Amino acid sequence: MSDKVVIRIENVSKQYRLGQVGTGTLSHDLKRWWALTRGQEDPYLKVGVQNDRTKKAESDYAWAVRDISFDVNQGDTLGIIGKNGAGKSTLLKLLSRVTSPTLGRIKIRGRIASLLEVGTGFNPELTGRENIFLNGAILGMTKKEISAKFDEIVAFAGVQMYIDTPVKRYSSGMYVRLAFGVAAHLEPEILIVDEVLAVGDAEFQKKCLGKMSDVAGHGRTVIFVSHNMQAVQSLCKRTVYLNSGKLVEIGETSQVINNYLSREVKNCLSRVWDEHVSNGEHIKLLRADIIPIGSEDGQIALETSVKVRVEFINLKNIKLNLSLLVYTTAGLCVFNLISEQQEVAAGTVCVGELVIPGGLLNNDMYTIVLHFVKNYTVKLLTVEDLLSFEVIEAERTGKWFGKWLGAVRPAIDFNLIQRI
Amino acid sequence: MSSTTSSVPQVNEEQWDDIIGEQKGKVRLNVKEIWRYRDLLTLFVKRDFVTVYKQTILGPVWFLIQPIFTTLIYIAVFGRVAKLTPANVPPILFYLGSVSLWNYFADTLNVTSKTFTDNAAVFGKVYFPRMILPLSKVVSGLIKLVIQFGLFLIFWAYFVFVKQTVHPTYTMIYMPFFLLLLAVLSMGVGIIITSLTTKYRDLNFLISFAVQLLMYATPVIYPVSLVSSKRQIWLWLNPLTSIFEAFKYSFLGKGTLNYFWLGYSAVFTIIVFLFGLLMFSRVERRFIDTV
Repeated sequence: MSDKVVIRIENVSKQYRLGQVGTGTLSHDLKRWWALTRGQEDPYLKVGVQNDRTKKAESDYAWAVRDISFDVNQGDTLGIIGKNGAGKSTLLKLLSRVTSPTLGRIKIRGRIASLLEVGTGFNPELTGRENIFLNGAILGMTKKEISAKFDEIVAFAGVQMYIDTPVKRYSSGMYVRLAFGVAAHLEPEILIVDEVLAVGDAEFQKKCLGKMSDVAGHGRTVIFVSHNMQAVQSLCKRTVYLNSGKLVEIGETSQVINNYLSREVKNCLSRVWDEHVSNGEHIKLLRADIIPIGSEDGQIALETSVKVRVEFINLKNIKLNLSLLVYTTAGLCVFNLISEQQEVAAGTVCVGELVIPGGLLNNDMYTIVLHFVKNYTVKLLTVEDLLSFEVIEAERTGKWFGKWLGAVRPAIDFNLIQRI
Repeated sequence: MSSTTSSVPQVNEEQWDDIIGEQKGKVRLNVKEIWRYRDLLTLFVKRDFVTVYKQTILGPVWFLIQPIFTTLIYIAVFGRVAKLTPANVPPILFYLGSVSLWNYFADTLNVTSKTFTDNAAVFGKVYFPRMILPLSKVVSGLIKLVIQFGLFLIFWAYFVFVKQTVHPTYTMIYMPFFLLLLAVLSMGVGIIITSLTTKYRDLNFLISFAVQLLMYATPVIYPVSLVSSKRQIWLWLNPLTSIFEAFKYSFLGKGTLNYFWLGYSAVFTIIVFLFGLLMFSRVERRFIDTV
C-alpha cells in the first residue's frame, strides 16, 4: 500500500428534503434564492434532523451524511459498514459522482467506476454482445478496452451460446452474470461496489469475491459497502463505520467490525407481542423466549444449553411446520432446524420448542430467524431477528486468549498423545 | 465516539483529477471529458438507431415510410384542400423537404427536453458526462434526417434533371450550415427545458403542445409569401423561419434567402445554446435529488 491519497473527503455533508415536491418547496426555493442573492447563507442549511428513520421527522430536511472527512490511499480496500440509513449508500453516490454534496468537497485522483447496481443501462432489446459494449461504455470503458476483454467477459458470464440473442430472452441468472461480467472486467483505478454480492448463486458470489480481491491485489483501490460482515472482513483491510450519517470510526477492519457489532446488536432474550398487532392472516405471534437451562445468573456460557420457545395462535386450518435458522451477526447461517408437519385447526394455540445443547456454539452473538411454513413449501410468515443472544466464555481454559475461529465451537475432545 | 482521520503525508496536494462539491461559478462544457467518452456517444447513437427497427421486417425502411405518409397527408390537407403550396413547385418536394427538416427539429427538441427525467434511472447509478445523452440524440436524429433527405434528393433530382421544372440555386452548399443551426437550436432549447423541469414538471405539459403550435408559426407547410407583408416581420422573428425559407430557396428556387435574418437566427441560436449549457451544468450536479 502506498501513501498516495487517491480520494480525500473533506467535511462532506448531504442534505435531503423530506416529503414531496410541490408548492411548499417552491416557497423554500424562493426564500433560499432571495437569501443567496443578498449574499446571505442558505437558511435551510442550519436546520435538518439526524437521519433516524424510526422517528417522525421534526424538520423538512434531513442530513443523510453529516460532516464526514477521511482519506483513502492507493491500493486500499476500504469497507463501509453501518445500519440501514447510516448514510452508506449516500456516501457511495457522492463518491461515484451521481450527486453532489451539499457542503464539503471530495477530491479524486484517478478514474472511478462504480457498481451501485449491475446491469445499468442494459437495453432488453439489444443482444448480449451489443449490451456488453453499451454497458461497458456507460461504466467508462473505451471500445478498444471492451473488445480486448470481450471473450473474457463472455466466458466469465458463461453465455457463449446466447451472445447474439436479445437479453430480454435471458434467464435472470444469465442476465445478472453478464452484467456483473462487464462490471468485473472494468479496470479503473478506483472501484466502488455496493452489495452486488446479494445477487446470484453461491458459486457466482464466490467468483465475484475472487474478482474483487483480484482487483485489489493489483494495486487498485476498492471501496466496498455491505451488510455482510464476513465479506467485509475477508475483503477489506480498513473499514469505515457510519451511524446516522456520522463517521463513528475508521480503522483496521476486524476491530471496527467488533465495535460495530457490540454497539449495534443487542441481546433480545424475550419478546411479547401486543394482541392488537397483526402478523398477517395466518399466524398471530404471542411470545418468544430464550431460556438458559441451569444457568444461575441468566448468562449463556459456552456449555449452557438454551431452550428456544415460541408461542403463537394458528388462524387457519392448515398443515403447518416451523423452520428455525440460527445466524451469526456477521450474517452466516450456522444451522437450520425444521419441525415435523402437523395438521392444525384454526384458533389453536401452539408452542414451538427446541433446545440448543451446550458445547455447540462459539462465544459470539447469534440471531434467530423463524419461518412458518405450509405444506413444507409455502412460507406463510418470516420473522427476521426473532430473538438474539450472546454466548459468553465464562472460564478461559488453556493459554490462548484470542477468540476461537468458527461459527461453532463444538465440545469435541482433541487429544494429543505422545508415543514413547 | 472516537472519530479519527488517518494522517497521511500530503503529496502533490493540488493535483486532483476531479473535485466534487462546492465549485463556485465554475460553469463550462467539459469538452475534454466528453471526448474521453466519445465511444459511449457512438454506442448511444447506435442503440437509438438499432432499437427502433428491432423485430421489424422492413427495418430501416421505416425511416422513409414515415415521412412519405406525412407528406402524402400534408399534400392532401394543406396542398389540395387548403391550397397552401406555392405555384410552380411540385408539392411532393415542398412538403417532403420541410417535413423532414421539421421532424428533425421537433424530435430533437422533444427528446432532449426530457433528458433528465427519462434517464434518471441510469443517471442515478453511474456517472458519465450528462451532456453525452442530448448530444447522442442530436446525432442519431441527424443520421435519420440524412436518410430522409436522401429520399428527398431522389425526387428532387427527378424534377431538376428529368422534368426540369425546379431550378435550384448555388446556396445549396450552405445546407450543412442550415442543419447545424437547426441541430444547435433544438438542443439548446431542449436542454433549457430539461433543466427547468427536473424539480417542477409543470412545463412538461406545455412543451409538446408548444412544439405543435410552433410548426404553424414556422413556414413549414406554407411559404412566407402567403403572409401579408405587414405581418411577415412577426414570422421572421421566429429564428426557424429564415432557415426554412433559405432551404426552400436553395433547393426549390422558391422562397426568400435573407442574410440579415439568417444572421439573426445564428446569433439567437448561439445565445440560446450558451444559456442552455449554463443551466444544464448548474442542474446536472444535483438534479438526481429532486427529479
